[in-house]
Amino acid sequence: MLETLRDIYAVVWVDLRFLRRNLGKTMALTLVAPILYLLAFGYGLGRGASIEGFSYLQFVIPGILALTAMTTAFNTSGLKLHVDRLFFKCFDETLMSPVSAFSIIVGKALIGVLRGLLSSAALLLACLVFSPLPAVSLLFPLSLVVTCFTFSFLGVIVALLAKTHQDMTLFMSLVVLPMAFLSGTFFSLSQVPEALSIILSLSPLTHACLCLRASALGQPFPWFSLFILIGFGAIFFILCFVALKRTNK
Amino acid sequence: MEEVIATRNLTKKYKDVCAVENLNLSVNSGEIFGFLGPNGAGKTTTIRVLTTLTKPSSGSIWISGFDVEKEPGEVKKLIGVVQQHLTFDLDLSLRENLELHARLHHIPSKERKQRIGELLEFVGLTQQSEKMVEELSGGMKKAAMIARALIHKPKVLFLDEPTVGLDVQVRRRMWDLIRSLSRNGTTIFLTTHYIEEAEALCQRVGIVHHGLLIALGKPSELRQKVGMVTVEILVDGAFTRYEHFADRETANHYVQNLSSDHKTIIIRDSNLEDVFVKLTGKTVGED
Repeated sequence: MLETLRDIYAVVWVDLRFLRRNLGKTMALTLVAPILYLLAFGYGLGRGASIEGFSYLQFVIPGILALTAMTTAFNTSGLKLHVDRLFFKCFDETLMSPVSAFSIIVGKALIGVLRGLLSSAALLLACLVFSPLPAVSLLFPLSLVVTCFTFSFLGVIVALLAKTHQDMTLFMSLVVLPMAFLSGTFFSLSQVPEALSIILSLSPLTHACLCLRASALGQPFPWFSLFILIGFGAIFFILCFVALKRTNK
Repeated sequence: MEEVIATRNLTKKYKDVCAVENLNLSVNSGEIFGFLGPNGAGKTTTIRVLTTLTKPSSGSIWISGFDVEKEPGEVKKLIGVVQQHLTFDLDLSLRENLELHARLHHIPSKERKQRIGELLEFVGLTQQSEKMVEELSGGMKKAAMIARALIHKPKVLFLDEPTVGLDVQVRRRMWDLIRSLSRNGTTIFLTTHYIEEAEALCQRVGIVHHGLLIALGKPSELRQKVGMVTVEILVDGAFTRYEHFADRETANHYVQNLSSDHKTIIIRDSNLEDVFVKLTGKTVGED
């Protein structure tokens, strides 16, 4: 147990070093997009509108937080591992060390979780300048952590399977980007036709969004969505092992 | 003598290409073993398979008695690997790269610092330790790779083309480094396509061609196979003909009986390159 923790720390240690050295730059980089969304959609487009009994701004903030947590977690763990594996090739060194697959996967995912949480926290502070959130409960950070883990594991899978840089960007454009915009981040699923809303409920981000929004606005908490999100996380975690095994072909 | 590396019928296939075919090898403790062959002969694949990075298609490998496929964890503790290309995290300094390796290999923090200091000293990089890896010269990077591979005191060191692309002086220093490691008891498995490197360093060599091991033995034994003496005859000032003889006497006798048209004739000791050409029908590096 202790040994596993030490190994996980060894794997994440590298990325923490890098983060510490570049903290300002990385935070600025991850905050640009969500703040633009906030200004464009929340402040510009949706000003004066209300949805589900809240101002549009209040409605959209948890959505943008979910989106930020997802993209930051996915990009951080995914891109770093991708570079380590295909460009620096230093991932081989990790593979040849006596560190278990479990420790490698958790260690590589943790940096995404950490940065996802950091960016979300910073964004949350920025959002509070625009508009207070009525009823942030403890379920909010819980949902955020689960979201970060789920998408961090997804990043690890894609990075382990990608054969080229293009594979990586393709996945980001075809899966991550549409998910970011369509998973009930900027609108309520009750506004779209039922068939579409069923399709959208297949996206893990939809459930992340529902959990974050409910726990921020004081709506009844969608436990079912939290379980689905955890389920996605567990499946992604298992797929990480499959993907890691495939690297020794 | 203890057998440190052993393979039985080791085969690695990629689709229909056989990168390694039915390899049976045995390397003893303390030996410097050279795996020699042209580019694309399957040397790197062999190293990857021996070091747990690639799964063999069939056959078995044991490192110090541990089965590589069944007990990779034990094997990883025993091996140090220097790959042909650089495998540094370029976002980190040299020292940080070494520290990462030490952490991954469970070296306690007190020992970590001391060991990294010693090894940087050993490869002459103490002054460069705080630099980012990218700022180092090619030779320094290679030396740093070796230093890193030694942090956990591996019993076997795998070196894939350790001197490719290095200046002559750096190359000779690298050879000295490899010899001093061997003197300290480390078993070394290296691949090279430089014949003179294999001759300078290795007690035994295996020659590999298209995935097949086509010769195995001490450099002198292999030379004996083709003949200890080689005669080079420049024909028509354009191409060179090679003839191999068991000893100087028969070589001299042959030369004396050549027609006087041949102006340029060299009589010399045979080398591994002659063995290689004789066995594969081509010079090393030519494909």
